[in-house]
Amino acid sequence: MADYDQPTMGASTAAAAAHAQLKKVKKQKVLLMGKSGSGKSSMRSIIFSNYLARDTRRLGATIDIDLSHVKFLGNLTLNLWDCGGQEAFMENYLSQQRAHVFSNVGVLIYVFDIESRDVDRDLATYVNIISALVQYSREAKVFVLIHKMDLIQPMTREDVFDRRVALVRRKTAEAVAIVRKQKPEVSGVGVGGLPGPGGGGGGGGAMMAGSLPSPELSTPIPDLEVEMQLFATSIWDQSLYKAWASIIHDLVPNLSVIETQLASLGVAIDADEILLFERTSFLVVSKWTSPEGESNPYGDRFERMSNILKAWKHTCSKYTGTPRNAEQFSDFEYKMGANFSMFVTKFTTNTYILVCMPPGEARFNSAKLNVAAARPWFRFLDGPMIAPTAGIGSSQMLSGLAAAGGEVA
Amino acid sequence: MASAFRRGSEALFDPSTEPRPPCVSRRPSRAMLNLHRVYEQNRQRVQQNLKDGVKVPEPIAVPHAKGKPRLLLMGQRRSGKSSISSVVFHKLPPNETLFLESTARIQKDSLNSFMEFQVWDFPGQIDVFDNPAFPFDMDAIFGEIGALIWVIDAQDDYLEAVARLNATILHLQRSYQHINIEVFIHKVDGLSDDYKLDIQRDITIRIQDELSDQGVENAPVNFHLTSIYNHSIFEAFSKVIQKLIPRLGQLEAILTNLCRTCRFEKAYLFDVNTKIYIATDSTPEDMASYEICSDYVDVIIDFTEVYGSWQRTPEWRKRLEGPPWEQKLEDQVACEWAESGMVLADAQRPIMLREVDRFLALVAIMKEGSYEKMPQINMNVDVVVKGLTEFFEITKSKMTPTAVPGGVTAVGGNGVMNGHGVVGDGR
Repeated sequence: MADYDQPTMGASTAAAAAHAQLKKVKKQKVLLMGKSGSGKSSMRSIIFSNYLARDTRRLGATIDIDLSHVKFLGNLTLNLWDCGGQEAFMENYLSQQRAHVFSNVGVLIYVFDIESRDVDRDLATYVNIISALVQYSREAKVFVLIHKMDLIQPMTREDVFDRRVALVRRKTAEAVAIVRKQKPEVSGVGVGGLPGPGGGGGGGGAMMAGSLPSPELSTPIPDLEVEMQLFATSIWDQSLYKAWASIIHDLVPNLSVIETQLASLGVAIDADEILLFERTSFLVVSKWTSPEGESNPYGDRFERMSNILKAWKHTCSKYTGTPRNAEQFSDFEYKMGANFSMFVTKFTTNTYILVCMPPGEARFNSAKLNVAAARPWFRFLDGPMIAPTAGIGSSQMLSGLAAAGGEVA
Repeated sequence: MASAFRRGSEALFDPSTEPRPPCVSRRPSRAMLNLHRVYEQNRQRVQQNLKDGVKVPEPIAVPHAKGKPRLLLMGQRRSGKSSISSVVFHKLPPNETLFLESTARIQKDSLNSFMEFQVWDFPGQIDVFDNPAFPFDMDAIFGEIGALIWVIDAQDDYLEAVARLNATILHLQRSYQHINIEVFIHKVDGLSDDYKLDIQRDITIRIQDELSDQGVENAPVNFHLTSIYNHSIFEAFSKVIQKLIPRLGQLEAILTNLCRTCRFEKAYLFDVNTKIYIATDSTPEDMASYEICSDYVDVIIDFTEVYGSWQRTPEWRKRLEGPPWEQKLEDQVACEWAESGMVLADAQRPIMLREVDRFLALVAIMKEGSYEKMPQINMNVDVVVKGLTEFFEITKSKMTPTAVPGGVTAVGGNGVMNGHGVVGDGR
């Protein structure tokens, strides 16, 4: 059972094409904005620097823009612009630095503090930011995080969130309307803009299940639409991981290849579920679930796993005294009697893999061997390929990549 | 499937929608039965010691539910009693204790943990000993073996709390000498280490002075520095509960032996539900290894909840039992209980976990590089788990009605318990 069903080989010319494609490391400009004290730097520290939620109390106010380059997997770099939210800075971004800040933006993450006293003012700033964004980076995706939900009584959380979502959507529409008035010539250009956002939202639909994904805005302007998703978040639970997994989900290059390969691995080892995590942030990069695994009642299990493993990593770092960002564990096995087995193990240099599977010692051990054998398939996750290697596994992988490269381009 | 790790998730499920495999019927746990026996012995001893007419509660009339060992939580109002019981026994996240309302009446919780104890949370504004309008039934409150946990807010002015504690100790010393008094100097997160120790010293001196002025020596008072925001509260509860466990010495000896044979650095026997450890080996205790082991238990609980909580379809099972396996799923696994192992990247130190019975799990930190020896270690652990099961079996059989209380075993049991009461005295 330790052998592997090898799909058909790809052509070597395709491999060379993929090689050329992968040489480019993708860079993405990500703006993180919101009012001062709304929790932007806190969430950034938790996701990318392995802070514990309670450690974020120590963070001071961000002055101007805190630029950081987060290397995510081997071939994606996030240029994270953590923009200090004090009013003076905000005005500066909107006036002097307007073009500098808002051009070439891939993603805008806007954070609202749900406990804020001056909602009108927050929304006014938000409208200004969105107008600036639409003006300079029309393709940018917007993620609105309604943050600090833990401060709302659990019973009323959903209501409060729904009301805020409606408000933000209305304001977004207003912002878009303002821009349209200012630049009437734009409306002629973007006729084909309508299907774009809908299709993009559909791609991330699987991950967004349970939240409010609906990409359709109630705005009457079809040509200048902002692709946006809203999330209720809190640094004290897994909701933060859900939001950020969605954010990075669309940025990861070659996603379809990862998904296909994960699926064939899952079928080969008879797994119920496979999750692929990024090494430092433990955000879910990709996942595969068997038809049986789909009946798992926990729809939020992916972000829960991120949260659990991240917390565990922190515990290990505290015990061993090694730095938080260092690698903390190499192997984690758990066999729950005749119920299920699972293991989390270091996969490629930049990823960890979690496999949940049916019980059975023989099945478990062969799955571990097979996962180890499948590593070369995923080597492209560690960065641009240096040279196409011989061997059935890798050439198959490269042919898959070529197909994906076509899609990306 | 009556596994300790699955119990939480079972509760989450509506049994009407999800047919579950039949559970082992709930019977009083072994440890609980032991405690009952020790309680009986203690009661008899107290009866002999106090022939000056002090009334000792009659357990025969007490219904079964009251036979559970009891922990009393007392202290000034707003000192954190309800927060403690919510965090430790109801798994409330510490930051959500902000929403807890003030306790207006005695809150009685019965906990179906490995030892089925009761936790009584007293409102701070009630003085049990000085309440002429509504006198409390002292026997009903203090009559059973257990511990009194007195919570003092270390970030507040504690003089009044100490005065009330002194009055309480003096009252208890008159009639209920067997009650362990555990002082939790609480909310010490955020205080510097020096300051913590200063406070502890100050409170200890104030209590001892007052007691010796009143002619009370060697009262069983222990001190713990606690906070709900870290593991200290669980560790303090572990110490409190361990004093209530009969034959703790033997349990510790079993674990010490295991550590020596398997080259474990540290081993803990955890109560899975509360993450209280009921025994550990004899090597010096350190907070760090307790923390990692306790978090390990947490991770396993979480994994079990997410992936072990739903019923797989019969087709799934049929496929897995068909070719090429041709075996029932139960026969395909090596161990019917939960078992887990993980390796720390630092120096390749493994940690292992094995479920012992419905309530207990063994967690051990191993020496570096011993992961290759896992099969041998697993065999050793198998033997120890069997030994632990037998241990509880034997002590349980002593509880049959025909067994004569007060024999040699009874003396041993008392010795272990009282011995620990003195050792952990905190002075």
